[in-house]
Amino acid sequence: MPLKLEIVTPDARVYSDEVDTVVLPGYEGEMGVLPAHSNLVTTLRPGELRITKAGKTIELAVGEGLVEVTGSITRILTDSALDADKIDEKAAEEAIARAKKTLEELKPGEHQEEVAAAMAAIQRATAHLNFKRKRKTV
Amino acid sequence: MPSTRDIRRRIKSVKNTAQITKAMQLVAAAKMKKAQDQASNGRAYAEMLNKILVNLKEHAEEGIHPFFSAGKGDKTLVLLIASDKGLCGALNTNLFKKLLTTQIEGEVEYVTIGKKAVQAINRLRRTLLADFPIKDPAKFPEVRAVSRFIQEKYRTGEYKKVLVVFNNFINTVTVVPSVEQLLPVNPVTLGGKRDFGHDTSASTGPALEYKFEPSAQVVFETVLPQYVNDTVYQMVLESRASEHSSRMVAMKNATDNAKQMIKDLSLEYNKLRQAAITNELLEITTAKMALE
Repeated sequence: MPLKLEIVTPDARVYSDEVDTVVLPGYEGEMGVLPAHSNLVTTLRPGELRITKAGKTIELAVGEGLVEVTGSITRILTDSALDADKIDEKAAEEAIARAKKTLEELKPGEHQEEVAAAMAAIQRATAHLNFKRKRKTV
Repeated sequence: MPSTRDIRRRIKSVKNTAQITKAMQLVAAAKMKKAQDQASNGRAYAEMLNKILVNLKEHAEEGIHPFFSAGKGDKTLVLLIASDKGLCGALNTNLFKKLLTTQIEGEVEYVTIGKKAVQAINRLRRTLLADFPIKDPAKFPEVRAVSRFIQEKYRTGEYKKVLVVFNNFINTVTVVPSVEQLLPVNPVTLGGKRDFGHDTSASTGPALEYKFEPSAQVVFETVLPQYVNDTVYQMVLESRASEHSSRMVAMKNATDNAKQMIKDLSLEYNKLRQAAITNELLEITTAKMALE
Protein backbone atom coordinates (compact mmCIF):
# COMPACT_ATOMS: atom_id res chain seq x y z
CA MET A 1 0.00 0.00 0.00
CA PRO A 2 1.50 3.30 -0.99
CA LEU A 3 1.66 6.24 1.32
CA LYS A 4 0.27 9.44 -0.05
CA LEU A 5 1.96 12.58 1.16
CA GLU A 6 0.68 16.11 0.87
CA ILE A 7 2.57 19.17 2.00
CA VAL A 8 0.69 22.44 1.88
CA THR A 9 1.83 25.92 2.87
CA PRO A 10 -0.22 29.12 2.78
CA ASP A 11 1.53 30.03 -0.48
CA ALA A 12 1.24 26.82 -2.41
CA ARG A 13 0.76 23.09 -2.50
CA VAL A 14 4.40 22.15 -2.17
CA TYR A 15 4.30 18.42 -2.55
CA SER A 16 1.70 15.88 -3.44
CA ASP A 17 2.78 12.41 -4.38
CA GLU A 18 2.97 8.80 -3.32
CA VAL A 19 6.09 8.06 -1.31
CA ASP A 20 7.74 5.14 0.48
CA THR A 21 8.41 6.85 3.75
CA VAL A 22 8.63 10.25 5.31
CA VAL A 23 10.61 11.35 8.35
CA LEU A 24 9.40 14.53 10.00
CA PRO A 25 10.23 16.63 13.05
CA GLY A 26 7.24 15.98 15.30
CA TYR A 27 6.42 17.41 18.68
CA GLU A 28 8.34 14.73 20.52
CA GLY A 29 11.25 14.41 18.13
CA GLU A 30 11.88 12.90 14.76
CA MET A 31 9.21 10.57 13.61
CA GLY A 32 9.13 8.21 10.68
CA VAL A 33 5.92 7.46 8.89
CA LEU A 34 5.52 4.30 6.86
CA PRO A 35 2.42 3.11 5.03
CA ALA A 36 -0.35 1.87 7.33
CA HIS A 37 0.85 3.98 10.22
CA SER A 38 -1.78 4.29 12.92
CA ASN A 39 -3.87 7.46 12.91
CA LEU A 40 -2.04 10.27 14.53
CA VAL A 41 -2.22 14.00 14.88
CA THR A 42 0.74 16.00 16.06
CA THR A 43 2.29 19.40 15.71
CA LEU A 44 5.31 20.01 13.54
CA ARG A 45 8.46 21.67 14.82
CA PRO A 46 10.79 23.69 12.64
CA GLY A 47 13.34 21.27 11.29
CA GLU A 48 14.12 18.94 8.53
CA LEU A 49 11.82 16.63 6.68
CA ARG A 50 12.99 13.69 4.60
CA ILE A 51 10.95 12.00 1.95
CA THR A 52 12.09 8.72 0.47
CA LYS A 53 10.65 7.66 -2.82
CA ALA A 54 12.03 4.81 -4.93
CA GLY A 55 15.46 4.98 -3.26
CA LYS A 56 15.77 8.72 -3.73
CA THR A 57 15.61 11.13 -0.83
CA ILE A 58 14.14 14.60 -0.93
CA GLU A 59 14.91 16.92 1.93
CA LEU A 60 12.96 19.98 2.91
CA ALA A 61 13.31 22.51 5.70
CA VAL A 62 9.90 22.96 7.29
CA GLY A 63 8.44 25.44 9.73
CA GLU A 64 5.81 25.01 12.38
CA GLY A 65 2.63 23.25 11.50
CA LEU A 66 0.25 20.38 11.85
CA VAL A 67 0.58 16.76 10.79
CA GLU A 68 -2.30 14.41 10.24
CA VAL A 69 -1.48 10.79 9.60
CA THR A 70 -4.04 8.26 8.58
CA GLY A 71 -3.32 4.82 7.18
CA SER A 72 -3.22 5.90 3.57
CA ILE A 73 -2.47 9.58 3.63
CA THR A 74 -0.21 11.96 5.47
CA ARG A 75 -1.09 15.60 5.40
CA ILE A 76 1.41 18.20 6.47
CA LEU A 77 0.33 21.79 6.92
CA THR A 78 3.22 24.09 7.63
CA ASP A 79 4.05 27.76 7.31
CA SER A 80 7.05 27.09 5.10
CA ALA A 81 8.68 24.20 3.27
CA LEU A 82 11.88 24.97 1.39
CA ASP A 83 14.63 22.98 -0.22
CA ALA A 84 18.27 23.86 0.35
CA ASP A 85 18.64 25.98 -2.78
CA LYS A 86 15.93 28.33 -1.69
CA ILE A 87 17.31 29.04 1.74
CA ASP A 88 19.19 32.28 2.02
CA GLU A 89 21.77 31.96 4.77
CA LYS A 90 22.20 35.67 5.11
CA ALA A 91 18.48 36.27 5.36
CA ALA A 92 18.22 33.59 8.04
CA GLU A 93 21.05 35.14 10.06
CA GLU A 94 19.45 38.54 9.76
CA ALA A 95 16.13 37.12 10.88
CA ILE A 96 17.78 35.67 14.00
CA ALA A 97 19.47 38.98 14.78
CA ARG A 98 16.25 40.86 14.30
CA ALA A 99 14.24 38.52 16.49
CA LYS A 100 16.89 38.63 19.24
CA LYS A 101 16.79 42.40 19.17
CA THR A 102 13.00 42.36 19.48
CA LEU A 103 13.30 40.00 22.43
CA GLU A 104 15.71 42.34 24.20
CA GLU A 105 13.53 45.35 23.61
CA LEU A 106 10.40 43.73 24.94
CA LYS A 107 9.92 43.79 28.66
CA PRO A 108 9.62 40.40 30.29
CA GLY A 109 6.10 39.45 31.31
CA GLU A 110 4.52 41.59 28.66
CA HIS A 111 3.78 41.09 25.00
CA GLN A 112 3.58 37.36 25.26
CA GLU A 113 2.42 37.04 21.71
CA GLU A 114 5.33 39.05 20.38
CA VAL A 115 7.81 37.07 22.44
CA ALA A 116 6.35 33.84 21.13
CA ALA A 117 6.52 35.15 17.57
CA ALA A 118 10.17 36.17 17.99
CA MET A 119 11.06 32.81 19.52
CA ALA A 120 9.35 31.04 16.65
CA ALA A 121 11.28 33.18 14.18
CA ILE A 122 14.56 32.25 15.84
CA GLN A 123 13.69 28.57 15.84
CA ARG A 124 12.69 28.67 12.22
CA ALA A 125 15.74 30.57 11.05
CA THR A 126 18.06 28.34 13.08
CA ALA A 127 16.46 25.27 11.54
CA HIS A 128 17.00 26.78 8.12
CA LEU A 129 20.64 27.53 8.86
CA ASN A 130 21.38 24.08 10.24
CA PHE A 131 19.72 22.53 7.27
CA LYS A 132 21.68 24.60 4.78
CA ARG A 133 25.05 24.18 6.49
CA LYS A 134 24.64 20.45 6.74
CA ARG A 135 24.05 20.26 3.01
CA LYS A 136 27.15 22.31 2.29
CA THR A 137 29.64 20.05 4.05
CA VAL A 138 28.33 16.93 2.39
CA MET B 1 -32.44 72.20 -28.93
CA PRO B 2 -28.81 72.27 -27.83
CA SER B 3 -26.36 74.26 -29.89
CA THR B 4 -23.27 72.70 -31.42
CA ARG B 5 -21.20 74.34 -28.76
CA ASP B 6 -23.22 72.69 -25.99
CA ILE B 7 -22.69 69.30 -27.55
CA ARG B 8 -18.98 69.91 -27.99
CA ARG B 9 -18.77 70.74 -24.34
CA ARG B 10 -20.60 67.59 -23.33
CA ILE B 11 -18.36 65.45 -25.52
CA LYS B 12 -15.34 66.96 -23.86
CA SER B 13 -16.63 66.29 -20.37
CA VAL B 14 -17.58 62.69 -21.19
CA LYS B 15 -14.11 62.18 -22.67
CA ASN B 16 -12.56 63.35 -19.44
CA THR B 17 -14.70 60.98 -17.43
CA ALA B 18 -13.78 58.13 -19.74
CA GLN B 19 -10.13 58.91 -19.24
CA ILE B 20 -10.51 58.72 -15.47
CA THR B 21 -12.49 55.50 -15.48
CA LYS B 22 -10.00 53.98 -17.89
CA ALA B 23 -7.13 54.84 -15.55
CA MET B 24 -9.03 53.40 -12.59
CA GLN B 25 -9.74 50.28 -14.58
CA LEU B 26 -6.06 49.77 -15.28
CA VAL B 27 -5.11 50.32 -11.65
CA ALA B 28 -7.81 47.90 -10.50
CA ALA B 29 -6.70 45.34 -13.07
CA ALA B 30 -3.14 45.41 -11.75
CA LYS B 31 -4.29 45.06 -8.15
CA MET B 32 -6.80 42.43 -9.14
CA LYS B 33 -4.14 40.13 -10.55
CA LYS B 34 -2.17 40.25 -7.31
CA ALA B 35 -5.20 39.87 -5.08
CA GLN B 36 -6.52 36.94 -7.09
CA ASP B 37 -3.20 35.13 -6.95
CA GLN B 38 -2.95 35.68 -3.24
CA ALA B 39 -6.46 34.40 -2.66
CA SER B 40 -6.12 31.30 -4.78
CA ASN B 41 -2.70 30.40 -3.39
CA GLY B 42 -3.88 30.39 0.19
CA ARG B 43 -7.05 28.49 -0.48
CA ALA B 44 -5.60 24.97 -0.50
CA TYR B 45 -4.02 25.47 2.91
CA ALA B 46 -7.08 27.01 4.52
CA GLU B 47 -9.39 24.38 3.10
CA MET B 48 -7.24 21.47 4.15
CA LEU B 49 -6.84 22.84 7.66
CA ASN B 50 -10.58 23.32 7.88
CA LYS B 51 -11.24 19.80 6.67
CA ILE B 52 -8.79 18.19 9.07
CA LEU B 53 -10.24 20.08 12.01
CA VAL B 54 -13.84 19.37 11.09
CA ASN B 55 -12.87 15.74 10.93
CA LEU B 56 -11.03 15.86 14.25
CA LYS B 57 -13.94 17.64 15.86
CA GLU B 58 -16.14 14.63 15.26
CA HIS B 59 -13.72 12.36 17.04
CA ALA B 60 -12.63 14.66 19.81
CA GLU B 61 -14.05 14.39 23.27
CA GLU B 62 -16.81 16.78 24.20
CA GLY B 63 -15.51 20.03 25.65
CA ILE B 64 -11.85 19.45 24.86
CA HIS B 65 -11.51 22.91 23.39
CA PRO B 66 -13.88 25.91 23.53
CA PHE B 67 -13.60 26.43 19.76
CA PHE B 68 -15.19 23.05 19.13
CA SER B 69 -18.42 23.75 20.97
CA ALA B 70 -20.98 26.53 21.03
CA GLY B 71 -20.61 29.12 23.77
CA LYS B 72 -23.08 29.21 26.63
CA GLY B 73 -24.32 32.68 25.80
CA ASP B 74 -27.12 33.54 23.42
CA LYS B 75 -25.38 36.23 21.40
CA THR B 76 -23.94 35.91 17.94
CA LEU B 77 -20.83 37.68 16.78
CA VAL B 78 -20.74 38.68 13.14
CA LEU B 79 -17.59 39.72 11.32
CA LEU B 80 -18.50 41.80 8.31
CA ILE B 81 -15.78 42.19 5.69
CA ALA B 82 -16.44 44.88 3.10
CA SER B 83 -14.28 47.25 1.07
CA ASP B 84 -12.77 50.57 2.08
CA LYS B 85 -13.62 52.32 -1.14
CA GLY B 86 -16.68 52.47 -3.33
CA LEU B 87 -16.91 52.52 -7.12
CA CYS B 88 -16.93 48.77 -7.28
CA GLY B 89 -20.39 48.12 -8.65
CA ALA B 90 -22.98 46.40 -6.52
CA LEU B 91 -20.36 44.50 -4.48
CA ASN B 92 -21.06 46.00 -1.07
CA THR B 93 -24.78 46.45 -1.66
CA ASN B 94 -25.15 42.78 -2.45
CA LEU B 95 -23.11 41.86 0.60
CA PHE B 96 -25.29 43.93 2.93
CA LYS B 97 -28.41 42.52 1.33
CA LYS B 98 -27.09 39.06 2.09
CA LEU B 99 -26.49 40.10 5.68
CA LEU B 100 -30.01 41.49 6.01
CA THR B 101 -31.69 38.45 4.51
CA THR B 102 -29.79 36.07 6.78
CA GLN B 103 -31.87 35.09 9.76
CA ILE B 104 -29.81 35.16 12.93
CA GLU B 105 -31.51 34.28 16.18
CA GLY B 106 -30.85 36.19 19.37
CA GLU B 107 -28.81 39.29 19.90
CA VAL B 108 -26.20 40.10 17.27
CA GLU B 109 -23.03 42.10 17.69
CA TYR B 110 -20.74 43.19 14.91
CA VAL B 111 -17.05 43.45 14.18
CA THR B 112 -16.17 45.07 10.90
CA ILE B 113 -13.32 45.32 8.42
CA GLY B 114 -13.50 48.12 5.87
CA LYS B 115 -15.00 51.60 5.92
CA LYS B 116 -18.09 50.59 3.97
CA ALA B 117 -18.86 47.93 6.56
CA VAL B 118 -18.69 50.42 9.46
CA GLN B 119 -20.91 52.83 7.59
CA ALA B 120 -23.47 50.12 6.91
CA ILE B 121 -23.56 48.93 10.53
CA ASN B 122 -23.93 52.49 11.80
CA ARG B 123 -26.67 53.20 9.30
CA LEU B 124 -28.53 50.08 10.34
CA ARG B 125 -28.07 51.07 13.99
CA ARG B 126 -26.60 47.73 14.99
CA THR B 127 -24.18 47.10 17.86
CA LEU B 128 -20.64 47.64 16.68
CA LEU B 129 -17.96 46.14 18.92
CA ALA B 130 -14.87 47.04 16.94
CA ASP B 131 -13.71 48.15 13.55
CA PHE B 132 -10.36 47.12 12.14
CA PRO B 133 -8.83 49.08 9.29
CA ILE B 134 -6.81 46.80 7.05
CA LYS B 135 -4.51 48.16 4.39
CA ASP B 136 -4.31 47.01 0.86
CA PRO B 137 -2.79 44.54 0.15
CA ALA B 138 -3.81 42.83 3.39
CA LYS B 139 -0.98 41.93 5.75
CA PHE B 140 -1.20 38.91 7.97
CA PRO B 141 -0.30 40.65 11.27
CA GLU B 142 -3.14 43.14 10.78
CA VAL B 143 -5.64 40.39 10.21
CA ARG B 144 -4.24 38.46 13.17
CA ALA B 145 -5.29 41.34 15.40
CA VAL B 146 -8.88 40.94 14.22
CA SER B 147 -8.77 37.22 14.69
CA ARG B 148 -7.31 37.54 18.18
CA PHE B 149 -10.06 39.95 19.17
CA ILE B 150 -12.70 37.51 17.98
CA GLN B 151 -11.06 34.61 19.78
CA GLU B 152 -10.91 36.52 23.05
CA LYS B 153 -14.56 37.42 22.71
CA TYR B 154 -15.50 33.87 21.96
CA ARG B 155 -13.54 32.47 24.87
CA THR B 156 -15.64 34.53 27.28
CA GLY B 157 -18.50 32.16 26.43
CA GLU B 158 -20.96 34.98 25.80
CA TYR B 159 -21.38 34.05 22.17
CA LYS B 160 -22.92 30.92 20.83
CA LYS B 161 -21.26 31.31 17.46
CA VAL B 162 -19.19 33.54 15.21
CA LEU B 163 -20.31 34.17 11.65
CA VAL B 164 -18.36 35.85 8.90
CA VAL B 165 -20.11 37.75 6.12
CA PHE B 166 -17.79 38.31 3.20
CA ASN B 167 -17.50 38.13 -0.57
CA ASN B 168 -16.35 34.81 -1.88
CA PHE B 169 -14.25 35.19 -4.99
CA ILE B 170 -15.06 32.77 -7.76
CA ASN B 171 -13.81 34.46 -10.90
CA THR B 172 -13.44 37.97 -12.24
CA VAL B 173 -17.10 38.36 -13.08
CA THR B 174 -18.61 36.16 -10.40
CA VAL B 175 -18.52 37.07 -6.74
CA VAL B 176 -20.78 35.40 -4.22
CA PRO B 177 -21.72 37.15 -0.99
CA SER B 178 -21.45 34.42 1.64
CA VAL B 179 -22.13 33.77 5.30
CA GLU B 180 -19.84 31.20 6.89
CA GLN B 181 -19.60 29.96 10.44
CA LEU B 182 -16.12 30.51 11.83
CA LEU B 183 -16.67 29.25 15.36
CA PRO B 184 -17.40 26.66 16.58
CA VAL B 185 -15.32 24.91 13.93
CA ASN B 186 -17.52 24.09 10.99
CA PRO B 187 -17.07 23.24 7.32
CA VAL B 188 -16.28 26.47 5.48
CA THR B 189 -16.55 27.11 1.76
CA LEU B 190 -13.84 29.33 0.34
CA GLY B 191 -13.76 30.34 -3.28
CA GLY B 192 -15.90 28.64 -5.86
CA LYS B 193 -16.13 25.03 -4.87
CA ARG B 194 -14.74 22.83 -2.22
CA ASP B 195 -11.88 21.24 -4.05
CA PHE B 196 -9.82 18.77 -2.11
CA GLY B 197 -8.91 16.68 -5.10
CA HIS B 198 -9.41 12.97 -5.03
CA ASP B 199 -8.34 12.44 -1.43
CA THR B 200 -11.66 13.56 0.04
CA SER B 201 -12.88 10.11 0.86
CA ALA B 202 -9.75 9.14 2.78
CA SER B 203 -10.64 10.59 6.15
CA THR B 204 -14.35 11.16 5.86
CA GLY B 205 -14.98 7.45 5.94
CA PRO B 206 -15.89 5.50 9.07
CA ALA B 207 -14.82 6.98 12.39
CA LEU B 208 -11.08 7.03 12.70
CA GLU B 209 -9.50 6.90 16.09
CA TYR B 210 -6.67 9.35 16.34
CA LYS B 211 -3.71 9.33 18.63
CA PHE B 212 -2.51 12.76 19.63
CA GLU B 213 1.06 13.67 20.28
CA PRO B 214 1.75 14.85 22.95
CA SER B 215 -1.94 15.21 23.83
CA ALA B 216 -5.14 16.37 22.24
CA GLN B 217 -5.22 19.49 24.42
CA VAL B 218 -1.77 20.63 23.37
CA VAL B 219 -2.42 19.96 19.71
CA PHE B 220 -5.73 21.79 19.70
CA GLU B 221 -4.44 24.67 21.77
CA THR B 222 -1.68 25.23 19.20
CA VAL B 223 -3.63 24.56 16.06
CA LEU B 224 -7.05 26.10 16.66
CA PRO B 225 -5.93 29.71 17.18
CA GLN B 226 -3.79 29.35 14.06
CA TYR B 227 -6.76 27.95 12.24
CA VAL B 228 -8.90 30.96 13.15
CA ASN B 229 -6.12 33.35 12.11
CA ASP B 230 -5.62 31.63 8.79
CA THR B 231 -9.28 31.35 7.99
CA VAL B 232 -10.00 34.99 8.72
CA TYR B 233 -6.97 35.95 6.65
CA GLN B 234 -8.13 33.83 3.76
CA MET B 235 -11.60 35.38 3.98
CA VAL B 236 -10.08 38.85 3.85
CA LEU B 237 -8.07 37.79 0.81
CA GLU B 238 -11.20 36.47 -0.88
CA SER B 239 -12.95 39.76 -0.16
CA ARG B 240 -10.06 41.77 -1.51
CA ALA B 241 -9.88 39.73 -4.69
CA SER B 242 -13.62 40.22 -5.11
CA GLU B 243 -13.33 43.94 -4.51
CA HIS B 244 -10.65 44.55 -7.10
CA SER B 245 -12.34 42.32 -9.65
CA SER B 246 -15.68 44.08 -9.18
CA ARG B 247 -14.04 47.45 -9.44
CA MET B 248 -12.21 46.45 -12.59
CA VAL B 249 -15.46 45.24 -14.16
CA ALA B 250 -17.41 48.30 -13.00
CA MET B 251 -14.78 50.66 -14.38
CA LYS B 252 -14.60 48.76 -17.64
CA ASN B 253 -18.36 49.12 -18.04
CA ALA B 254 -18.13 52.81 -17.22
CA THR B 255 -15.44 53.30 -19.84
CA ASP B 256 -17.46 51.39 -22.43
CA ASN B 257 -20.56 53.43 -21.65
CA ALA B 258 -18.64 56.67 -21.91
CA LYS B 259 -17.27 55.62 -25.30
CA GLN B 260 -20.75 54.77 -26.53
CA MET B 261 -21.98 58.14 -25.29
CA ILE B 262 -19.18 59.96 -27.10
CA LYS B 263 -20.18 58.12 -30.26
CA ASP B 264 -23.84 59.09 -29.90
CA LEU B 265 -23.01 62.69 -29.07
CA SER B 266 -20.61 62.95 -32.02
CA LEU B 267 -23.32 61.71 -34.33
CA GLU B 268 -25.75 64.26 -33.00
CA TYR B 269 -23.12 66.96 -33.29
CA ASN B 270 -22.38 66.11 -36.90
CA LYS B 271 -26.06 66.06 -37.74
CA LEU B 272 -26.52 69.46 -36.21
CA ARG B 273 -23.50 70.84 -37.98
CA GLN B 274 -24.68 69.53 -41.29
CA ALA B 275 -28.15 70.90 -40.72
CA ALA B 276 -26.63 74.28 -39.99
CA ILE B 277 -24.58 74.18 -43.19
CA THR B 278 -27.57 73.12 -45.28
CA ASN B 279 -29.56 75.89 -43.72
CA GLU B 280 -26.91 78.46 -44.57
CA LEU B 281 -26.66 77.23 -48.15
CA LEU B 282 -30.41 77.44 -48.46
CA GLU B 283 -30.37 80.98 -47.19
CA ILE B 284 -27.64 81.98 -49.62
CA THR B 285 -29.38 80.44 -52.61
CA THR B 286 -32.72 82.01 -51.63
CA ALA B 287 -31.07 85.38 -51.23
CA LYS B 288 -29.39 85.00 -54.62
CA MET B 289 -32.65 84.00 -56.28
CA ALA B 290 -34.40 86.97 -54.73
CA LEU B 291 -31.81 89.33 -56.19
CA GLU B 292 -32.15 87.99 -59.71
